[in-house]
Amino acid sequence: MVSSLNMHKQYLDPILRHRSHNPNSLLQILIGAQEIYGFIHSDAIDYLSSALGLPRAMIEGVASFYSFLYLSPHGEYRVLFSDNITDRMQGNQDLMQSLCNQLWVEPGKASEDGLLWVNTTSCTGMCDQGPAMLVNNIAINRLTQDRIDRICELIREHVPVSDWPAEFFAIEDNIRRRDILLNSHFQAGSALKAAFIRAEAATAQASQGYVAHMIDPAGLDRAADATLQEIKISKLRGRGGAGFSTGMKWEFCRNANGDAHYVVCNADEGEPGTFKDRVLLNSYADLVFEGMTLCAYVIGAKKGFLYLRGEYRYLLEPLQAVLQRRREQNLLGRGILGQAEFEFDIEIHLGAGAYICGEESALIESLEGKRGTPRNRPPYPVTAGYLNQPTVVSNVETFASTSLISLHGGAWYASIGTENSSGSKLFSVSGDCDYPGIYEYPFGVTVAQVLADCGAKNTQAVQISGPSGMCIAAHEFDRRISFDDIPTAGAFMVFDQRRDMFEVARNFVHFFAHESCGFCTPCRVGTALLSNMMDKLNEGQGSPYDLAEIEKLDSLLQSMSHCGLGRTACNPVLHTLAKFRPAYECRLSHKEFVPAFDLDTALSQARRMTGRDDAGAHLEKNHDSK
Amino acid sequence: MNTPVKKLRVATTSLAGCFGCHMSFLDIDERLLALVELIEFDRSPLTDIKTCGPCDIGIIEGGLCNAENVHVLREFRANCTTLIALGACAINGGLPAQRNHLALTTILEEVYHAQHGLVDGFIPNDPELPLPLNQVHPIHEVVKIDYFIPGCPPSADAIWKVLTDLLAGREPELGHGLIHYD
Repeated sequence: MVSSLNMHKQYLDPILRHRSHNPNSLLQILIGAQEIYGFIHSDAIDYLSSALGLPRAMIEGVASFYSFLYLSPHGEYRVLFSDNITDRMQGNQDLMQSLCNQLWVEPGKASEDGLLWVNTTSCTGMCDQGPAMLVNNIAINRLTQDRIDRICELIREHVPVSDWPAEFFAIEDNIRRRDILLNSHFQAGSALKAAFIRAEAATAQASQGYVAHMIDPAGLDRAADATLQEIKISKLRGRGGAGFSTGMKWEFCRNANGDAHYVVCNADEGEPGTFKDRVLLNSYADLVFEGMTLCAYVIGAKKGFLYLRGEYRYLLEPLQAVLQRRREQNLLGRGILGQAEFEFDIEIHLGAGAYICGEESALIESLEGKRGTPRNRPPYPVTAGYLNQPTVVSNVETFASTSLISLHGGAWYASIGTENSSGSKLFSVSGDCDYPGIYEYPFGVTVAQVLADCGAKNTQAVQISGPSGMCIAAHEFDRRISFDDIPTAGAFMVFDQRRDMFEVARNFVHFFAHESCGFCTPCRVGTALLSNMMDKLNEGQGSPYDLAEIEKLDSLLQSMSHCGLGRTACNPVLHTLAKFRPAYECRLSHKEFVPAFDLDTALSQARRMTGRDDAGAHLEKNHDSK
Repeated sequence: MNTPVKKLRVATTSLAGCFGCHMSFLDIDERLLALVELIEFDRSPLTDIKTCGPCDIGIIEGGLCNAENVHVLREFRANCTTLIALGACAINGGLPAQRNHLALTTILEEVYHAQHGLVDGFIPNDPELPLPLNQVHPIHEVVKIDYFIPGCPPSADAIWKVLTDLLAGREPELGHGLIHYD
């Protein structure tokens, strides 16, 4: 026992030191511990409990919340197949079955020799190059039967994942259409310089007018107002889906009182079918970090966080290298580009497989090392965010856009796109099309245009902005993507005539049931009931009664849930019911209610134990009642 | 000369329940006298009638733990125009459903064979005895249920409210005070 504690102490101590024994870093500490030991050992929890002064229940509560943290041994190799509908369309289920058969394991159960554990996980953000998997949290794409066979061999021979062929881990950007953002040949520091020049000009103007605030000790804030002004003129709206005015968010936060202000970049890109932030972070990280730095300059923050989803773990080291280079270039740290009072740095926090952490208040809880349960809003993060201090939480693409705005001016940006939706938007296009990947368009583009450009044929429907977004049918393809018509966080999943839209909705409903954080009953229970109902229909046990129940559940979820997850969890069903009702009706094989399970089978164990087989030991099958 | 009002027929039963919901029903106290002016009981523990005839309202306490429960529930569904699930066990399986995380085979083995102090134990196999289901189910998983009265047990006032609403031809509705449990 003591020696076990010592063993855990050995690898935990450096992690604890690196995280300054800060309980707010609990999640990061647990992720670090698991990367070394493979799972969170009970003795490790005891040690962390005393080292961090946290109760054991709190640590277990956090560890059990996140899908990628394990409290029991899960094998040397932990293989998770991405299970988005696009992965399914690319054949992930057969590949997973093949891997399980070859290695003699069942999904969800660790193999007895402790070699591996196989399961499915929510969309890993590789829809344009699926089917995808994570092995020990590192992404592998473009799975084929051949690749699965080779992976089986590597696992059987205990080859460490770090020694697997490099081509397995190659991840493409697949940029298919570039506009202002992806075409920008951005020089690191140029947007900051533009902001400082603007500030100087504003200060000079002010001094000529003998404006009193020149002697204001908070002169830095005032000077930064010029950049805030540009952001407001640009009419930029948040790219995470909600579309709140970025300028207003920054201004509210700047004006909020607090001991410190924080900048948080939401890179928890969990909405199935979305992968644009992955590409921005891979190839445009400077634009993103510079946008965060501009925000810090405007709101007066010294510290920023990038919350990187666990599925993008492979991006951690490259991003840290970019941060290090920016520190060396004096774009982060103290006295940035000679501005004596301007100090700012960015820390990267990893997520661990929880979609709900994309919700800004859940993300902040997670940043504080807790379970990712959404907070009550208001107060909003702009007044009470990280550590209850004023915090700006914005999407990766939003921050990248602010760099462009600082460089080229708000008026320029506002001239692109539409009246209420300025600028450009990145779409993550996947599904039934010839050229899946990233497409950047000015706002206002029609669905039909995107479909034509990506080589989609015989398209039946497009799921825009992921499962929580909208399902658009063929007669609506002339609609435009903008905050006035079809708002989007970026996902654009294409389904052609071969696809069964009921199956699409069922996949999404399972996703929400898996990702519900469990905090409020309407969502925790409602999403589970909804997915049971969809399964019942799928198994041919449906009747009009079940369809009516589904509709009742939908309205309950929408009206009673604590946060957006529960409120949008029924969208896939509502939209496909409205637009593809025959896909449901063909599954209502009974006129009257029938049970979801077979009652005679429900007596099987008792029959076996008693040896009975008389008439009383059986129940009539699917007795149609009224 | 008053023409006698046709009384509504009501049947009640307790499946895998504890009769607590029926006890709570009796807690409507003197209102029972007003009630019997409006209804007559068919199959019910109150009448000891063994089979259910055509009824307007059926009230089910308890979930389904064995084959006999299923037969009774189906009999009620076939005969009652309106079927009501009364209390936590009927709605969610309740206390009896706590066995659901164990395999029935394990339970029978433990109770009749392995338990300390048993001599030559055997699992009863008389055809008279209903076989237990692999799992305990709430009743709405097996037949369509029209109304649910939650509570463990639901209060007499809640039961009274639903019955009087139905008798008056109104859609039953429990107000805030009647679904308040602490």
